Amino acid sequence: MHLFSILISQIINGLQSGAIYALVALGYSMVYGIILLLNFAHGDIIMVGAYAVWFSMAHLGLHPIPSMLLAVAASTLLGVLIEKLAYTPLRSAPRLSLLITAIGVSFLLENSFQLIFGAGAQTVPNLISGPSLQVGSVTVSFSAMLTILVSVICMAGLTFLVQKTKLGKAMRAVSENMSAAQLMGISLNRTISFTFAMGSALAGVGSVLYLCTYGQASPTMGSMLGLKAFVAAVLGGIGSLPGAMIGGFAIGLTEALVSAAGLSVWKDGAVFAILIVVLLVKPTGLLGKPMVEKV
Amino acid sequence: MNQRKAVLPMSARYLINAALCLALILGLKGLSASGLLSDYFTKILILVGINIILAVSLNVATGYLGQLPLGHAGFMAVGAYTGGIFLKSVNAAAMSGAPLVLTIAAAILLSGAVAALFGVIIGVPALRLKGDYLAIITLGFGEIIRVVITNIDSVLGFDFTYGASGLKRIPKFTGALNVFLCVVMTCLVIHMVMKSRHGRSILSIRENEIAAESCGVNTTFYKVMAFTMSAFFAGVAGCLYAGNLGSLQPGGFGFMKSIEILVMVVLGGMGSMLGSVVSATVLTILPEALRSFDRYRMVVYSAALILMMIFKPSGLFGDYDFSLSRILEKLGVGKKPAGKEDAR
Repeated sequence: MHLFSILISQIINGLQSGAIYALVALGYSMVYGIILLLNFAHGDIIMVGAYAVWFSMAHLGLHPIPSMLLAVAASTLLGVLIEKLAYTPLRSAPRLSLLITAIGVSFLLENSFQLIFGAGAQTVPNLISGPSLQVGSVTVSFSAMLTILVSVICMAGLTFLVQKTKLGKAMRAVSENMSAAQLMGISLNRTISFTFAMGSALAGVGSVLYLCTYGQASPTMGSMLGLKAFVAAVLGGIGSLPGAMIGGFAIGLTEALVSAAGLSVWKDGAVFAILIVVLLVKPTGLLGKPMVEKV
Repeated sequence: MNQRKAVLPMSARYLINAALCLALILGLKGLSASGLLSDYFTKILILVGINIILAVSLNVATGYLGQLPLGHAGFMAVGAYTGGIFLKSVNAAAMSGAPLVLTIAAAILLSGAVAALFGVIIGVPALRLKGDYLAIITLGFGEIIRVVITNIDSVLGFDFTYGASGLKRIPKFTGALNVFLCVVMTCLVIHMVMKSRHGRSILSIRENEIAAESCGVNTTFYKVMAFTMSAFFAGVAGCLYAGNLGSLQPGGFGFMKSIEILVMVVLGGMGSMLGSVVSATVLTILPEALRSFDRYRMVVYSAALILMMIFKPSGLFGDYDFSLSRILEKLGVGKKPAGKEDAR
């Protein structure tokens, strides 16, 4: 019974971190689906969001709730800004240039934050507290419930947006065929910016949830988080929204279970091993559409 | 200007280059013997040399093959640990004279060979993918190499890589001379391969993979070959790096290091050996020359990367390569050479 309750609580931990991965993976997947860009800077948008929360609480003295909203707004703005400044000039450039630019943006953000705020981690005071849930011998913390709940709501909202609204339809059209969508009167710039805004807003939510869970922000927190979320997106099938969610939870659970088995130092290795296996066995991921190569 | 189109015979070209390299070695020896070249400058020269090897070797996979591997530091780590463990286990610190020279040569070759082996193991599956997927899978492999080096000791049950605390007391064998020789050999081998039939096959894959395949180029073979060559020389650079520092930490071979090497290649111009050499030199000397600049180094690098991609995606030199024989031929044979870089 004791072992069982450890397992259950590890699974809940896994779901909690998986929810964050899933939110971030959604952003990767959306951006990749629409302009075929692996947005390396996406992980660092989370970092900026987390710093926004820290800054507005520690320096501006704001209440947690407005600082969270501020963080989401800052992330959204940053995502659109990056897209406008760095990616739009390269829209017709080779994919490799775009990828290198994305790496450049990621490193620029990381290193400028390191320069401004120092390399150390900034501790964020407890954002939200509430009663924890006791089920038998297992305790589910409030932040775990909140994280999972918020991410599920976000995912449902995003799915509704993409499937049912006009903008979502435009997004799907652009990802299907960019030039044909343009001929149908869809504004390319607006749709792509909107995609970046949505993805970055989710990253902002992810950063708030991250802070609720771990309570720390550091300049390099985004890179590993981003990479793992990307693995999640690949696992689920890049470009597929439900795939990104499944992938995120799967990565979170894998990490938790590897840690539960006492192999926590191999956690990162296990995640990347999943990536390699997926890419070799089924590069399109669990729910991805097969890519057809055109000559 | 000059109507006479003289063509230098190959043997003359090699002779000129060999003579120039020899002159440079002697000059280097003379400088360090006369004390003009201080220890500090020698250290910087060594770093420049190691970075040139890294950049030129990554350029094979990035510039010539047209892929974007992000795990170059992983191969460097493999080479560094191979060299370090080998030198420690044969107790090279107690050697001198000819056995030492042979041991060092063996260590460098072994490091390259083991890194190349990893290159094959990683390249065969990774090169089935293209573009971003290849970038990501090599990144994954690079990270796995780092994780394995950090944690392998607990699996093996004895001290092998000394985990996160680092491999220490590696004999410091790296000097300006052997780094210089390795740089020359690296550039020579890569240059010669790229000018051969195999090199043209590699370039054809970059230009258009499907067209190359339909012309009968065995694309899988040549991709793996280029990737392996790239890994080999990264391993060589790693071995020299180990011999320069005397201690190794797995954390030094992360994603950040791979990106630093990539920045050198991209700024110099993907596909230009001259570009890689020049930008590796400049980017190594610059932070040393401007000590206070060191803090801003990565910020400036990343900004330069973005601006370069937006305004001049081909890099500083594009795919232009310096050729001494071309200049000599233009001037007519017999003029004084202006540079030293043909074979490099």
